[in-house]
Amino acid sequence: MDLLRFSTAGSVDDGKSTLIGRLLYDTKSIFEDQLEAVEDASNRRGEGYVNLALLTDGLRAEREQNITIDVAYRYFATPRRKFIIADTPGHIQYTRNMVTGASTAELAIILIDARNGVLTQSKRHGFLSSLLGIPHIVVAVNKMDLVDWSEERYDEIAAEYSDFARKLGVDDLTFIPISALLGDNVVDESANMPWYHGSTLLHHLEHVNVGAHRNLVDFRFPVQYVIRPDQDYRGYAGRVASGAVRPGEQILVLPSRKSTTVASVDTFDGPLDEATAGDSVAITTTDELDISRGDMIVRPLNLPTADTEIDATICWTSEQPMEPNTQYWLRQTTRETKAFINRVLYRIDVDTLHRDEVKQFELNDIGRVHITTAKPIFFDRYDLNRETGSFVLIDPHSNATVAAGMIRSSVRTVDDLPEADTEEELRPVSPDVVWESWNIDLPAREARTGHRAAVVWFTGLSGSGKSSIARGLERRLFEAGAQTMLLDGDQVRHGINGDLGFTPEDRTENIRRIGELAALFFRSGSIVLCTFVSPFRADRERARGLIPDGRFVEVFVDTPLEECERRDAKGLYARARRGEIAHMTGISSPYEAPESPEIRLETVGRDVDDVIAELLVRLRDLGVVK
Amino acid sequence: MREVAAQFERPVLLFSGGKDSILMVHLARKAFHPARVPFLLVHIDTGHNFPETLEFRDRLVADTGAKLHVGSVQASIDAGRVKEEDGPNPSRNGLQTVTLLDTLAELKADVALGGGRRDEEKARAKERFFSHRDRFGQWDPKNQRPEVWNLFNGRRNPGEHFRAFPLSNWTEMDVWQYIADEGIEMPSLYFSHRRNVVERDGVLLAESEHNRLLPGEEWEERTVRFRTIGDATCTGATESTASTLDEIIAEVAAARQTERGGRSDDRRSEAAMEDRKKQGYF
Repeated sequence: MDLLRFSTAGSVDDGKSTLIGRLLYDTKSIFEDQLEAVEDASNRRGEGYVNLALLTDGLRAEREQNITIDVAYRYFATPRRKFIIADTPGHIQYTRNMVTGASTAELAIILIDARNGVLTQSKRHGFLSSLLGIPHIVVAVNKMDLVDWSEERYDEIAAEYSDFARKLGVDDLTFIPISALLGDNVVDESANMPWYHGSTLLHHLEHVNVGAHRNLVDFRFPVQYVIRPDQDYRGYAGRVASGAVRPGEQILVLPSRKSTTVASVDTFDGPLDEATAGDSVAITTTDELDISRGDMIVRPLNLPTADTEIDATICWTSEQPMEPNTQYWLRQTTRETKAFINRVLYRIDVDTLHRDEVKQFELNDIGRVHITTAKPIFFDRYDLNRETGSFVLIDPHSNATVAAGMIRSSVRTVDDLPEADTEEELRPVSPDVVWESWNIDLPAREARTGHRAAVVWFTGLSGSGKSSIARGLERRLFEAGAQTMLLDGDQVRHGINGDLGFTPEDRTENIRRIGELAALFFRSGSIVLCTFVSPFRADRERARGLIPDGRFVEVFVDTPLEECERRDAKGLYARARRGEIAHMTGISSPYEAPESPEIRLETVGRDVDDVIAELLVRLRDLGVVK
Repeated sequence: MREVAAQFERPVLLFSGGKDSILMVHLARKAFHPARVPFLLVHIDTGHNFPETLEFRDRLVADTGAKLHVGSVQASIDAGRVKEEDGPNPSRNGLQTVTLLDTLAELKADVALGGGRRDEEKARAKERFFSHRDRFGQWDPKNQRPEVWNLFNGRRNPGEHFRAFPLSNWTEMDVWQYIADEGIEMPSLYFSHRRNVVERDGVLLAESEHNRLLPGEEWEERTVRFRTIGDATCTGATESTASTLDEIIAEVAAARQTERGGRSDDRRSEAAMEDRKKQGYF
């Protein structure tokens, strides 16, 4: 029978413990004595119903605070599958526990309270789940009973979360409307929501594809222990991290780079014809080599990266803040070496996904660093191989595990372009062309300009005031010494986009080219100001996708149509009203206002300088300008 | 288990005579085959054992060629380290914590492997595979090392030690299914038999020299088996006719009581297990 490990995350009152209690209760995984204890406790607390949450709230402290404070593991089974639940808390100070619970999970359930909708916490859970490479995410919209089983409310939440999840690159996202308290759509189908035609939560958990993320291609065997009962036998014991191995195959041992042949793949129950990812075996070789714990056995033509400089995302899990010059122990597979944190690139604000410049990390911080190790480690990128791409840092004095890390790449070959993958997906590419790294990377350019590069994208109706504001802003920035570029509609439509008209298709192509232009100027280290009506949400999102998170600022210049038409500086509205312009936004062509722009500006009855001053403050708050 | 052997210098395997510890010995044999099990077996003897347990223990030790060390609670009592409880079924469960810590110190053990599982009890659900104990053998549930992926941190300062729980993610059902699959021999106590018991607070206590009757109670013979085996004074039997592994598995599948439901020591208070764990109990 196969096994699904999943994590659950939710905010304090989203009903997570109740959901788990419900799953256990409805799958008959709760025993009478447990149920009795819970009934007793519910009565003592004066609750009018059996509080299923009490089943899972293990430790006394959390019973007192009414919240879950650590990772708790729960087990249940159905005739189809066995399940391990890693129940992790939702509030910020326990991010490290969420990382712990998620690190071995294949599926994450994110709970959203239908009354509250998508909160920052729901986004944080999604972000952490995707960061840890959990392939399946289920968003359980809970407490549907409290919103009158409203399909509209459910759709609204699903749409909002889908938008957010798209940014994270989640492969498999499923929404299920439930009531954990009453049991609707948890194990049994809901009679209250006939409009929902999908699976119940348990049905989904029973049928989701498991093991799909396992790497079955790249053979990696970290040597864990050498079994040597006598002079005649020497077995290298360990678990196959990924790929497969058979007797007779050529292998290479790292770091010695000596090659030999597999003589046998042994177990207590006899030798095997093949061992695959997850199997614990002992390998014997035809030649006597000096192999010890921490070495890695691989195939000569399929090598991991071996390096002492790594680029990684880490989550700080210790109360003691990071110390830049401390030698930590780095443990990756079965290998351990001393390591320094060389450079902190940025911290990710898990609520906004913005990148903050910080010098060091504190408890629950997540971000990107460069690490130098004393001995080389053998690794693959975390997204390709969870087993060989993960590591922990250990404090040399307290021996506490201070960080959990995921390797992005070797520092030497990295191009500082974290969004490279999405870029390739979004952008058309000419045939026979291969992406080449930027010659001078962004941090180097930013070091020269003395400020961060960014794209500030102004959207709004024609006549809303975008250009006036952007022009004033650019002048202020330029005078302060910043490297800037302003891209304006009328300019790009001379020349580069001169071949385009104003049909919806041409507008989309117009914005696509401008997005690319902005990305190029961004790469040069500039603060790029773009002022385009850009009426379609999808087009703007696409432009955003070309820029790293936190560096794209959408500014919605929110001036009502009547006011724009009253201003009508270029006389366009008047012409459109007379029917002389075919696709005039606001008149004969739609404008899709941004749903959650970084900045929204109102202009009616205000002085331009006043609006610019406000904008500067907001940009400073976002960390775009100093 | 291999990870424990690799990261620690003086590992011991705690052997209670129960199914989980028998399973642990079996797994250790598999992990290090064809070499011998590199762990010293340690039995903390409360003196309140079922005779069947000791017999089985000695036979298993002889079969595997492992070494056995017995830590005696009676010796701790005699040495004045602990004081016996009063009452009709004086439990030595609390007392064995002291003996355990003394024994580990005497052996200079830096890690003790146990058969604890997270499904047994709420406080255990938060245990790590590698569980750090301070110099006083105490567990701090709020200050545990995060255990991410399969990376286990067994680094320790002198005087500190670890408990390691390789069966953390197993359930009672997993244990029985594995025992059946692998054909592991189990003590007769787990299988249905006739025995004199007395029902007290919903728990069936077996007749033995250590359990005394309260006024108004009488021994009565019933068909029972044990779901866990520990100190005879606090391990309750369940009425059962399951006499083969398959019947036990069917019974476990249908069971509506946790196996620890028969343990009167857990019933003493809602947070009893957590308190004992903080003091150093397994």
